Parts: sequence; C-alpha cells; structure tokens
Amino acid sequence: MMDTIRGENLLSLDDLSRSAMIEVLDVAESFVEVNQRAIKKVPALKGRVVASLFFEESTRTRLSFETAAKRLSADVLSLAVASSSVKKGESLRDTIATIDALGIDAVVMRHQSSGAALQVSRYVPHVHVINAGDGLHQHPTQGLLDVFTVRQVLSERHGTTGTESGSELFAGLHVLIVGDVRHSRVARSDIGAYVALGAQVRVAAPGTLLPDDIENWPVTVADDFDEALEWADVVGLLRLQSERGSGSYVPSLGEFTVTYGLTLERARRLRPTTLIMHPGPMNRGVEIDSRVADLPSALITRQVANGVPIRMAVLYLTVAGSAKESTL
Amino acid sequence: MAHEIIERNHSLGDVCVIGLQRGGEPFATRLTAILSELYGAPVPLGLLDVSFYRDDLSTNPVPNSAMTHIDHDLTNQTVVLVDDVLFTGRTIRAALNALSDWGRPQSVQLAVMVDRGHRELPIRPDFVGKNLPSSQSEAIVATLEGVWIGTREPS
Repeated sequence: MMDTIRGENLLSLDDLSRSAMIEVLDVAESFVEVNQRAIKKVPALKGRVVASLFFEESTRTRLSFETAAKRLSADVLSLAVASSSVKKGESLRDTIATIDALGIDAVVMRHQSSGAALQVSRYVPHVHVINAGDGLHQHPTQGLLDVFTVRQVLSERHGTTGTESGSELFAGLHVLIVGDVRHSRVARSDIGAYVALGAQVRVAAPGTLLPDDIENWPVTVADDFDEALEWADVVGLLRLQSERGSGSYVPSLGEFTVTYGLTLERARRLRPTTLIMHPGPMNRGVEIDSRVADLPSALITRQVANGVPIRMAVLYLTVAGSAKESTL
Repeated sequence: MAHEIIERNHSLGDVCVIGLQRGGEPFATRLTAILSELYGAPVPLGLLDVSFYRDDLSTNPVPNSAMTHIDHDLTNQTVVLVDDVLFTGRTIRAALNALSDWGRPQSVQLAVMVDRGHRELPIRPDFVGKNLPSSQSEAIVATLEGVWIGTREPS
C-alpha cells in the first residue's frame, strides 16, 4: 500500500491508500485552475519525455493523457501501434526496449492483457509506468477522475472547495455500479476508489456479467435494480463490451436494456440529486438511453473534461521530482 | 510598507498585489486591505502558487501545491509581489516566470516581510519589513503574529 504516488508508478488503485488518492485529487484541483488560464501550460515537466503506448484503441484517455503531458511542457512520443512494428510481430518487451533506448521518463500504456503495465514496469524499472487500462484489470486514472468529478459536484452543492474537506462527503455515499462488471476494468478501479474514500458500493448486473469471484469484492450485489436505483446517490453505468464478447453473455441487447439499461423511464424515477456517470464510449440505446445521456444530472462530458487535470496531477506527482535514475 | 508603496507608485490606479502561496498570502491580504483604505478604492489582490514553475523539482520533493487566483490580465499593470521571507530568490524567479503567463506587467516590485540574505540569484526586494542576517542552518518563519528563528530540518 502506497501513501503517495510521488516518484512511483501508477499501476492499480488497489495499491493506493486513501491519503494517496486524496493527494492526487487535491493536486488535480490546482490543475483545474491551470486549465482555465489563457495560457494553459506550466513548465513542471520541461525536458521530460512521456511515451504514449496504446495497444488498444482509445479516444478520451489517449487524448487527455497527451494533452496533460503537453500542458506540463513534457515532450510526447506517441506510438501508433497499428502502423508500428508491433504489426510485424515485435514483442512487447522489444517494443518497450526500443522506446526506452530513445530516452523516456514515463510511459503511459494501454494494453488488452491484464497485468501488461506491471510487466512493463519490470522491464524498465527506471521509467515511471502509468497504466491507462490493462485488460480486465484496472484503469486507475478513470477511477480517480470519476471520484474527482463526484467530489467536485458534491462540494459545489455544499458550498465548499473540493480539497480535503470535500473528501469527507464520500462517507456513507451510496454508489451503484451497473452493467458489464465482469469485463470492466473501470468498475474495478471505480470500486477501489469509492470504497477507499468511504462510500458504500452496490453492483447491479445480470448474473452472467458479474465476475465469478464477486463475493470477494468489497461490494454487495443488488437483487432488484429498480430498488437499487432509488437507493443510489451516484449511478455509474458501464459500457457493454462487445469486443470482449459481452454480447454472448446476454440473451439480446434489447433484453439487457429492458432489464439493466438506464431508460428514460427509470431516469425519471431517480431522486433529482442522483448523479449519472458513464466512462464512455457510450452505447446509446443499450446501457443508457440517448436522452438520459443528455440530462443535466449526467456528468459524462464533465468526466471527460476532468480527465486532463487528473492526468496532469498523476504525471506531475509520478514524474516530477522523481527518484528514478536514468540508465542512459 | 503600504505608505512606501504609495510613495513609489504615486497613484494606485494600475497597481495590483499578488501574494505568493502559501507564506505570502496573509501579508498580501492585509497589505491590500491597508492600501485599499489609504487609496479609497479597492486594490486588486491575486494569489499565485509557483510549485509548477520551480527549478528544483528534480532534486527536491514535489511541493504541496495551493490554489492560484488571478482573475485579471496583468498587462500594463504594476504588480507588487508579496512574500513572507526572501531567502535564495528562487521562489521569486519562479514567480516572475509564472507572471508572464498572465500578460506583460508594466513593472514588478517585490515586497517581503523578512529579508534573510543568502541570495542565489540577482534578485533584490523593493520593500522590506525587516532585514534579518541569518545563518544557512537557521529556519525563519514569519506570520502576522511575529517572526520565529529555529533550526532547519536537514533536507
């Protein structure tokens, strides 16, 4: 368990203590202000090189990591895997060794295999590795930006700032995570973050989309979705991951929508204060009705906007002032 | 010190005060209140955190950052930077770099409560509360209540 990510890797939220998470959220608060300036750039990572390696497709995560690195004045090496030697069969180890030979300080990595980021951190111990999603395992910055967004909204309601005191607002908060929990690294990171901050988490999904070891998770399983929606202060929807074969776990998409989709009719029955979240990309009309996604209580674009300050905070804390020595 | 600032700048029409987080904040707030009263109109106050502009990020631990609030363009303004203790001058160097992101001030003046010497950069204050010759091994803390001298924790 780490009490800070300063000078470390960020591989999984399960490694972080509550205070390490709050530190990231508080630093991100400073970067929200930087992102509101006319000149949205600070020199904190000047001369540092951040490699962005996405072995799996991404819009939001890659763009916001690269924006974050640039706003910290780092140089960004972006590998387009589809047009790289990975397609000729170059191994992960050799690809990393090649990029490392160019001289990098950090690597932001997404990979379809769980544990890939951990593996890379062993190949290049002198480089800061930031997991941007590994298989079914973790997506730490998504978990952090989700709790950051919730903290921001709750703090605004209470007329406080988001820093330290704002984190107290998670105590006893009711969070409902809905949908394809089995295939979701976002669910795993979100649950870790919410539980560490003191929230109560329930999950709601068809039995086939719950992981086999759900009884070992720090959550309860909701028997009745509609009753759980009434209970929830925050509803976190998950994307049905057809590329991971989710489609074969439900009888039909239509049936999934009827039983576990956030339809307009269900959204109308939510308490007016209940927040609706979705990590994107959305399957409009499957897990979320298109009209629900555009409601004011849906924080989806706010989640995207908060991706930049959270990733600036993560890059700043891990890379700046790092103890890791370059081998070059 | 407020009188010295007025004397130097004749009118406070283009003057704004910027306190450096965190030590300069209480002094900047009080100085702005006094200046506003003497001038008879509010003098703008901003707060600046220079953590992201420091040149010692690679050797020192990442400092705790605080919030920056500067809500106006500083172009053609006279900026009075306010800090508690002036030591190596590196914080001020970082602050000068940061200020350029908010425009091009007409001039920048520096007000510090305590100048303890040991400058590592060619920076000097315009307004000084107290010159306090000190040893490198001493820690000096200035608050609205007074000044404390102690022993520095080995870094």
